[in-house]
Amino acid sequence: MAEIRNYTLNFGPQHPAAHGVLRLVLEMDGEVIQRADPHVGLLHRGTEKLAEHKPYNHSIPYMDRLDYVSMMCNEHGYVGTIEKLLSVEVPERAQYIRVLFDEITRILNHLMWLGAHALDVGAMTVFLYAFREREDLMDCYEAVSGARLHAAYYRVGGVYRDLPEQMPRYEMSHLGSEKEMKYRNQAREGSLLDFIEDFTERFPGYVDEYETLLTDNRIWKQRLVDIGVVTPERARQLGFTGPMIRGSGIAWDLRKKQPYAAYDKVDFDIPIGSNGDSYDRYLVRIEEMRQSNRIMKQCVDWLKNNPGPVMVGDYKVAPPPREKMKDDMEALIHHFKLFSEGYSIPESEAYFAVEAPKGEFGCYIIADGANKPYRLKIRAPGFAHMAAMDEMTKGHMLADVVAVIGTMDVVFGEIDR
Amino acid sequence: MSIEDKLDDLEEALEEQLEENHEECKWIRANGELTLVAPREQLLAVMQILRSHHDLGFEQCIDVCGVDYAAYGHSEWNAEDAPNTGFSRGAERETVTDFQAESRFAVVYHLLSLSHNVRLRVKTFLDADYPVVDSVTGIWNGANWFEREAFDMFGILFNGHPDLRRILTDYGFIGHPFRKDFPLVGQVEMRYDEDKGRVVYEPVTIEQRTLVPRVVRHDYRYEEGRELVKEEEQADG
Repeated sequence: MAEIRNYTLNFGPQHPAAHGVLRLVLEMDGEVIQRADPHVGLLHRGTEKLAEHKPYNHSIPYMDRLDYVSMMCNEHGYVGTIEKLLSVEVPERAQYIRVLFDEITRILNHLMWLGAHALDVGAMTVFLYAFREREDLMDCYEAVSGARLHAAYYRVGGVYRDLPEQMPRYEMSHLGSEKEMKYRNQAREGSLLDFIEDFTERFPGYVDEYETLLTDNRIWKQRLVDIGVVTPERARQLGFTGPMIRGSGIAWDLRKKQPYAAYDKVDFDIPIGSNGDSYDRYLVRIEEMRQSNRIMKQCVDWLKNNPGPVMVGDYKVAPPPREKMKDDMEALIHHFKLFSEGYSIPESEAYFAVEAPKGEFGCYIIADGANKPYRLKIRAPGFAHMAAMDEMTKGHMLADVVAVIGTMDVVFGEIDR
Repeated sequence: MSIEDKLDDLEEALEEQLEENHEECKWIRANGELTLVAPREQLLAVMQILRSHHDLGFEQCIDVCGVDYAAYGHSEWNAEDAPNTGFSRGAERETVTDFQAESRFAVVYHLLSLSHNVRLRVKTFLDADYPVVDSVTGIWNGANWFEREAFDMFGILFNGHPDLRRILTDYGFIGHPFRKDFPLVGQVEMRYDEDKGRVVYEPVTIEQRTLVPRVVRHDYRYEEGRELVKEEEQADG
């Protein structure tokens, strides 16, 4: 009889299903996991320490690089904390714009998750479909901020600028035909809001397409049902948030429970799971995309009818308009001080959290009266989820590790910070 | 129920539960948040009450983080006396040594009660020479990695932690990078050595630059005066 031995298996950091730079040391009994020890930190850049050496505003772009598939939600968490410390009232229009872009970000993130998760489990098609829609949403990012990923669009006191009147269009080049250009520019004739409205009309149909591919798919269900089950009690114990805790049947969503920005003025539902397995978390996230779509629609309606400022008029934290600087000495001084030294926050501390697509993303800032944070702690949802890796994979097969990584929706930018 | 009402209730519950055995615990209310400062000997007992008593019911430990207070309030550029003396151009960057050793470090816990929908911050101060505190992993299993991170970054030790290893830094890393006396550029740099055929570590050759100096301002602009300025502006315009 052959001798049965225990193996220690290194999974990653270059494994394609390791979602970046996860290194998992797995102790296996045959093909069954006995202990999973995630080694994280390969992407550690010391964001928090860097932020301590920079004026408050300079760290906003670092936030984009934390969870690099839900950029604007991270920015929201950071600027929200500073606004709390300074008691800045954000104009209503800016709040609606933030809600709109938080939801665009949620869809962006969930599409990325869906595509990668399905790819890990063996379905290539969904990935290609998901990226088709991500393209449209990243065009929205580009239209408002000039960058497709690292937007730095949210600023303390509002957003960088108002939504553009004209959605950027494709230009004719020697590569494409006129007919093709016409087709690609179809939805881009009007403003950005028209483009988003058109997207919200189309999007539920796309979600139906993904569901046709996956929801009742025999292989998909075999791979996800009863994999990585987390009971509600364990979900609370382990500090789960976002879709991970909702998949376990706890209706906890900061957008509803502790509303920020304009979330108390829009109408949406929180989907929850019943079994706490990977399949439930899949269903929760799919439904969240539909709900995000609903919120986006309401925001577009409101934004179309309510023009107004998108930045506070307090020049201690927000730059004065360029025209004003031409004939107002005060404005010029404000501009100079703001961009050379920044603003100081009096001695205080605050924690502010947003419902990022992955869960609770919070920033804890200790200010000591200087123009730089004394301590910035970023609470990333993925960090708490990753810590539960051992518990969620114990007793499962090696192939299920991949499904569990997928269902956690981990991104190492935020885990390693 | 507004946040303020909830905090009132929470304060009441805290008073009731902590007055008997834990009268050294104090709480501060600011920015619509409640911070409970507990001495480190009592931390575990207090946390147990916070977790299990039904009036408090903090089921989730959202975050644990270390803080190094060594350079608190330290300015690299003296702005207070500048109107009389004029500005110097250079930013001073000397290691701060005049910190209070008995409360150099702090561990900050952010707790969340799902049933009462309220947050609480718990803070405990640790001394510079022997920063040890009891681990709360037995109460909230999710605190495990957060405590490992605080150990890695600040060298704070957690008594009773099941697996206190480094987590974010490199294998074989020396030092605790988030301490205020650890330079931003680090201590060592790494390169591949052709001759030795392996990666070697050497002391850093780059110099730390200060692009914008750290300036502490106790200016009227940022405190009560802010309201005044706004009112004046409105009156003008």
